[in-house]
Amino acid sequence: MNFDYSPEEETFRQEVRTWMEANAPRDPSGIATGMRIGKETQFAWEKKLASKGWLAYTWPAEFGGPGFTPVQRDIFDAERARAGAPSVIPFALMMLGPVLMKFGTPEQQKRFLPRIASAEQVWCQGYSEPGSGSDLASLKTQAVRQGDKYIVNGQKIWTTQAHWAHWIFCLVRTSGDGSKQQGISFLLMDMNTKGIEVRPIVTIDGHHHLNEVFFTDVEVPVENLVGVEGQGWTIAKYLLTHERTAIAGVGDSKRQLRWLSETVARDPALKDSPHARRRIAELEVDLLALEYTNLRTLDRMAKGHSPGPESSGLKIKGTELQQGISEAQLEFGGLQAMPWGQDVEGEPVYRAASTRYNFLRACTIYGGSNEIQKNVLAKVLIGL
Amino acid sequence: MDLSFTSEQEILQDSAVKFAQKGYSFDQYKKSLKAPGQCDPAIWKQVAEFGWLALAVPESAGGIGGSTLDIALVAEALGAGLVIEPFIAGAIFPAAIIAASESAGRQDALLGNLASGDAQLAVAYSERAGRFDPAQCTTIADKNAKGFVLSGEKICAFNAPNASHLIVSARNGSAVDLFLVPRETAGLSLTAYPVLGGGVAADVKLDGVQVDSDARLGDITALEAGLDKAIAVDCALALGGMKALFERTSAYLRTRKQFGVAIGTFQVLQHRVVDMFIELEQSRSLVLLATAKADSGDAVERRRAVSAAKAYVAKASKMVAQQAVQLHGGIGMTEELDVGHYFRQLTAFGTRFGDRDYHLDRFQAVAAA
Repeated sequence: MNFDYSPEEETFRQEVRTWMEANAPRDPSGIATGMRIGKETQFAWEKKLASKGWLAYTWPAEFGGPGFTPVQRDIFDAERARAGAPSVIPFALMMLGPVLMKFGTPEQQKRFLPRIASAEQVWCQGYSEPGSGSDLASLKTQAVRQGDKYIVNGQKIWTTQAHWAHWIFCLVRTSGDGSKQQGISFLLMDMNTKGIEVRPIVTIDGHHHLNEVFFTDVEVPVENLVGVEGQGWTIAKYLLTHERTAIAGVGDSKRQLRWLSETVARDPALKDSPHARRRIAELEVDLLALEYTNLRTLDRMAKGHSPGPESSGLKIKGTELQQGISEAQLEFGGLQAMPWGQDVEGEPVYRAASTRYNFLRACTIYGGSNEIQKNVLAKVLIGL
Repeated sequence: MDLSFTSEQEILQDSAVKFAQKGYSFDQYKKSLKAPGQCDPAIWKQVAEFGWLALAVPESAGGIGGSTLDIALVAEALGAGLVIEPFIAGAIFPAAIIAASESAGRQDALLGNLASGDAQLAVAYSERAGRFDPAQCTTIADKNAKGFVLSGEKICAFNAPNASHLIVSARNGSAVDLFLVPRETAGLSLTAYPVLGGGVAADVKLDGVQVDSDARLGDITALEAGLDKAIAVDCALALGGMKALFERTSAYLRTRKQFGVAIGTFQVLQHRVVDMFIELEQSRSLVLLATAKADSGDAVERRRAVSAAKAYVAKASKMVAQQAVQLHGGIGMTEELDVGHYFRQLTAFGTRFGDRDYHLDRFQAVAAA
């Protein structure tokens, strides 16, 4: 057993590091401080990654990705985070992409995958509805087949970046028969289609990333159905189990914690505080445990096994840690973390803390709330 | 990166698991508790025959010279089996110190006896005012014509009542050095007692104890290296106990009925079990890291990984142990069920060789240096 990276992996890390250092966006509005970034910066960054062939960095070569190994993907993400660059919008790259590779027709693959990998097409995900949060399978947005079209009516909510997206993939109800899961289908829609309306939701971090999306008699060609009618739930489950390791967020948490500890080390009020030092040590130890649990999962995947039981806790622990770090950033920031909605002079990590702290309350809610994750895991562990 | 075990390690793990499950038992545990020094000679003989004691002894001294991971695989199984015989305190820890010391090579006979199970050792390094820090040492080693005269007091020297020799730390000028002291040396007196979670220890008085100059094993770096190895192995032992408690608790939730249903159908209890499982897996990751780094020649890397593991597992094992008792309810409080005995073992684990706060500070100090 050894935890050392191979010489080839170290060479790869150096290549990514050099490229990231030269190309990561230098955004005065504060990527480096962890603040939310604008559409132009995000899109330009994704274009730059695409031109290097690294936007779809989790994809195999046969579908236009670089064909990285699981360990290389992890190194890539770690180096991206280390350089302070934003992560990619995940919906098309991490979710829809793998779904199309497994369930899509060759035509669908040819039509969408190259546009996604080239940053031409940005996607959002239409899952949650006002009455269907954790109980996702109760969703009501309806798609009724009429000839070679579906007519879609209903509403989605909490749709991240719908106001940026060119396309949306949706879970819709195509049948009321059988179990609630059986009547769900997976449908792709152009956001420019008549009858789709996007309304913003501003969250407690003061920013607009979420939306409501309304569908009124939206006409969708049947060739935009992925898989067969009624297969939507199976596809959704496949999608949710994909990329379990990226969800731990090890790289970004490392970056944030390093910023904090570097800042505390020069903060005249905190640098000699045993309390502050011990709290940082606690977070560092927790992060180390997460990092090596993630590596155990990667090692299994690299050997062709499915992720083991150790991977189930990655989302729960990873998001708790993101919140724990942001909480320490806010509390160590003290009065310097109080300015709101306007950037003022001061330590960057403290300036960004109130926004980050508020935003990150979402991470234990999205992607299946941590309580739902525990329900799922309990079924496996207790078996009742 | 390759996190798989070698086939030899798998065989080792397999035999240790089988021994703990079949050769040992809750009944044997209770029998061992009543044995002299809480160590059943028949069990100790078996442990030696398996070669597990020889794992800590270098090949040059007639041992097997296993890696810390090899030893940890055995320890995890022993921890899961509630084995209280002094595997770490009486063998792994002192052997690791001797192997890391300048005297390695001069103590082959003693190490041979240790590997064969004919002798046990103990380390007396803790002092009342020094808490967990081995460098806080007020016991004095005065050099004289015959060697050294040792004077001072040690507390809680694990396994000392069973040991043929003690490794004693003492201040020699400005350095802290280690001395091998035969148990029967004049001036050495022990106040022996059983300890929480099984096993025995002693407070040690050294009243002008004369030892030869050959008795000096080396300096504190050997103690630190041995201690780090012992801590990594001890974390694996605790991991075994945590795993056993997780398995017993999830099984209990499947079978125990209240309100007409298995209590495992209650969400609040389900989530508790999930939390126990997650802590177990996070702990396992750091135990693997610590065992891998315990053999590193880079002392900074070694200390950092070992202290991270101990800091994490101390907290996680406390959570798992407390929740195992809580979820078992009244029966978890009784001597009759093994759960409470694992609870005591894990409680003792949290403190011996340094608690969470001590290791967080040590981790932080290493990281900052």
